Amino acid sequence: MIQVADQAAMAAALDQLAAALSDVLAQATVPVALVGIRTGGVTLADRLRARIVRNGLAAPARGDLDITLYRDDLYSGLEKPLLGDTDLPFEVSGCGIVLVDDVLFTGRTIRAALGELHDFGRPSWIKLCVLVDRGHRELPIQPDFVGMRIETRLRDRVTVDWVQDQVSITSPSAGSGGTRP
Amino acid sequence: MIGKDLLQLRGMSRETIVEILDTAEQMREVGRRKVKKVPPLRGRLVVTLFFENSTRTKTSFELAAKRLSADTLSFNVNTSSTTKGETLMDTARTIYAMQPDAVVVRHGCAGAPHLLARNFPWRVLNAGDGIHEHPSQGLLDMLTMRDQLKSLDGARVAIVGDVQHSRVARSNIWGLTTMGAKVVVAGPGTMCRNELSGLPVERRHTIDDVVKDADVIMLLRIQHERLGRAVLPSPREYAAFYGLDLARLRMARPDVMVMHPGPINRGVEIGADVADSEQSAILAQVTNGIAVRMALLYLLLGSDERRPDEVSHGVD
Repeated sequence: MIQVADQAAMAAALDQLAAALSDVLAQATVPVALVGIRTGGVTLADRLRARIVRNGLAAPARGDLDITLYRDDLYSGLEKPLLGDTDLPFEVSGCGIVLVDDVLFTGRTIRAALGELHDFGRPSWIKLCVLVDRGHRELPIQPDFVGMRIETRLRDRVTVDWVQDQVSITSPSAGSGGTRP
Repeated sequence: MIGKDLLQLRGMSRETIVEILDTAEQMREVGRRKVKKVPPLRGRLVVTLFFENSTRTKTSFELAAKRLSADTLSFNVNTSSTTKGETLMDTARTIYAMQPDAVVVRHGCAGAPHLLARNFPWRVLNAGDGIHEHPSQGLLDMLTMRDQLKSLDGARVAIVGDVQHSRVARSNIWGLTTMGAKVVVAGPGTMCRNELSGLPVERRHTIDDVVKDADVIMLLRIQHERLGRAVLPSPREYAAFYGLDLARLRMARPDVMVMHPGPINRGVEIGADVADSEQSAILAQVTNGIAVRMALLYLLLGSDERRPDEVSHGVD
């Protein structure tokens, strides 16, 4: 396991994202909500909202999105995660939505999230905010706000530790199980 | 983990029941949305094959499938070929040739769903087989109880009526006892015999014996269509001895839940005013039924590594 961001680097990334979102909120002409994608995005959205409030702005509305039912790999034989709550306690139509996730990888989660959001209404606009962009996109999806960009190999696992406040990479060959074809 | 099919609650593990009920709770959230539809079963075909009349169970399964974006096709056997002499297996082969992913079956013979599950790679959901089981009903009842009681462990459930001939009672008894609930039953001797085929329940003689300390009173429908005069002198006599009227309800705990799988016979097994009382959970049962059936379809079809059409023909 290789650490790629320590506590200081995480704090800097969060400050930078919160500042960017504060600008968006200050200039917005429609109500803006932060919507975290479960589960990592929920923690990130909460952290960002706390920093936005510290910047002297009113707390934006918060929502959570569970995209399990909108995944495109339900039948791929992967173990299904337990369903979680989708909770959008505001009117989605006409709202500006900042979609928040911890790690951006293939873009498939974001595609699912966009699909789900549109079943709740017609947002005025949607922007994407991620803490880590690890590359390897498989869909034409790009973030509007990025905390950090890191180089990874396709099979690496990127973990955001919200307790220690650090980001690390685990390579499959470095683990105990050996490499898979 | 849920297996290939949903055939019965007898033998189902506690973990599987909890998984189904937890998933159903999340599915209920979909029912509260403006757009009550999510995409996971898009392109899947769910066939309902009913050899007995049913409106609510069939509608509930169809609605559940539609909310998950599956296509549904209903085979009403009354209007189809078994009346022309076709066997169950031949009907099944015909439907199998239409490449469904799951079949929801109700049949008058116990074990019919098991037969269809054994002989075809599709997923089978038992929607009631004879007097054997009605597992989705048992699960929706447990979900409704869990909502109010928080835990089924130690819950005291009284089932009143024709336990002998009730698949709803059987599924509830097996599921509830697995979850740690204590089930007592009461009913006339013809409907509730002493031995009760080895079911893990305690039998009492009168309804008054069971209502007093029950957390839940579940009333079973008097199945006029199945029973002759042999087991029941008259509906009015049944109401007098075993019906839950307001006077009997007042003997129960104030927060007791009154349940009934429907359709209800007002004034027979349940007093008209009891059905509409605050304690009645009958309509919550209906809403929960959709969520439970969504959970079942999602868990059975969503976990499908190999689609049935990729499996070699398993017809023997």
